[in-house]
Amino acid sequence: MSFNNLDTLYRQVIMDHYKNPRNKGVIEGDVLTVDMNNPTCGDRIQLQLQVEEGIVQEAKFDGEGCSISMASASMMTQAVKGKKIDDALEMSELFSKMMLGEDVDMDKLSLEDIEALQGVAKFPARIKCATLAWKAMEKGVNEE
Amino acid sequence: MDVKAIRQQFPILQQEVNGHPLVYLDSSATSQKPASVIDAVNNYYREDNSNVHRGVHTLGTRATEKYEGAREKVRRFINAKSTAEIIFTRGTTTAINTVASSYGQANLEPGDEVVITQMEHHSNIIPWQQVVKKTGATLKYIPLQDDGTVSMEDVKKTVTSNTKIVAITHVSNVLGTINPITDIAKVAHDQGAVLLVDGAQGAPHMQVDVQKMDCDFYAFSGHKMCGPTGIGVLYGKKELLEKMEPVEFGGEMIDFVNLYDSTWKELPWKFEGGTPIIAGAIGLGAAIDFLNEVGMDNILEHEHKLADYAMKQMRTIDGISIFGPEERAALVTFNLDDVHPHDTATALDAEGIAVRAGHHCAQPLMRWLDVTATARASFYLYNTEEDVDRLVDGLLKTKEFFGNVF
Repeated sequence: MSFNNLDTLYRQVIMDHYKNPRNKGVIEGDVLTVDMNNPTCGDRIQLQLQVEEGIVQEAKFDGEGCSISMASASMMTQAVKGKKIDDALEMSELFSKMMLGEDVDMDKLSLEDIEALQGVAKFPARIKCATLAWKAMEKGVNEE
Repeated sequence: MDVKAIRQQFPILQQEVNGHPLVYLDSSATSQKPASVIDAVNNYYREDNSNVHRGVHTLGTRATEKYEGAREKVRRFINAKSTAEIIFTRGTTTAINTVASSYGQANLEPGDEVVITQMEHHSNIIPWQQVVKKTGATLKYIPLQDDGTVSMEDVKKTVTSNTKIVAITHVSNVLGTINPITDIAKVAHDQGAVLLVDGAQGAPHMQVDVQKMDCDFYAFSGHKMCGPTGIGVLYGKKELLEKMEPVEFGGEMIDFVNLYDSTWKELPWKFEGGTPIIAGAIGLGAAIDFLNEVGMDNILEHEHKLADYAMKQMRTIDGISIFGPEERAALVTFNLDDVHPHDTATALDAEGIAVRAGHHCAQPLMRWLDVTATARASFYLYNTEEDVDRLVDGLLKTKEFFGNVF
């Protein structure tokens, strides 16, 4: 069945993040909060970052969207937690390159589970789903 | 109606997508084009291309005849009294914006109301939001019944003597609801308001008679009715259009230009600033010829049967939610439990089935339905029961796929 090629998009690890999102919820108190949506499809995310001395101490997200956007948000929060802002931005740049189908050195920035999203590059209509959370993170730290 | 023969006239439908014969179920977004329309545009550029209403040369005359000929075809298609009432626009959105900016701006003041419904496309919401902000008028919504229809009781309650404009969709692009335009026109007129109808999902699928409907404005797009993109129509009653100011100035619409003041051409050209959408109008004319040859009543009957069949077959799927009323136009908006509509659409695409997923440019309606997005299968004259079967089969596979990965 032709659904086989869907496996390159919907990897097990993605579906796991979708079903069991990490860092989903709200950080109490006065922290950096970014709301972002994808106006073409209705996906929306609220990302909260607690940044202290240039380091992302805590990251949580809430929102609604497809498996790709929500799994990507889950992975992103996991990846940037404990990272310096500059490193988080560099990861975001790396992630964008990955979405464009460029070769990316995965070890360089320990993208962990995120590697599973590589297949999204072959589904141009879904790239914006995967980048939504990263764009929110970039907007947040740039405002900081 | 010989659907097989009709399909043969659409070159795009003869292809495979992702290894499967294409099943195109996104005609509410844009319809496919028959060869006759593609050829009409092509031939115009190859043989007749010239600017219209100026120049005395032969090509100019030919282009003008074809362009104005298309206007006459549109007039007959919706049974307008005169071609003065047929304004070519870029599409439905531009047509509605023209009325909001021109008629709305001139006729609304604080205390006045514009009445719409919660099932409207963004293009029939935002122009009104903007004009009430500028004029100090109020925007009011006719509420929806649980099944996604409007009741005449609610129409009568919402439209008051303060209402100056009622704007409503002919057919909902999400729910498939077909609104009782003639009855609504009567209520609007009894209160002294004008009625604008968003016909983007109406004109492509059923016989439209603007005189019988008694609407004051009717807006629709060419590309949803087998025509090219970038062409649409604003119908308006002559007595209203005559009093309205143009919204675009320059080019085709001028009459006499002085240093500090100018006058406009007569209708309909007064509203067609710039060089008009000549090729688009000619393509739309060819699309109307094509639809007339098939017969609008035949198309409606075919789509009615197809909608019934789709509803019946799709309901057999466990865990599917279908939105909208029983009596509907040929589109089915739905969600599968536990599968996001984008994921559904991607999975169906892998099977060569094109459906739309998202908010369908109707965010307020999505909130009313209490969903963030839905999937939508929409049908047209070239779709068949086999297309529905392929959709149902694809949905079952989608359920299985996402059921297994969870």
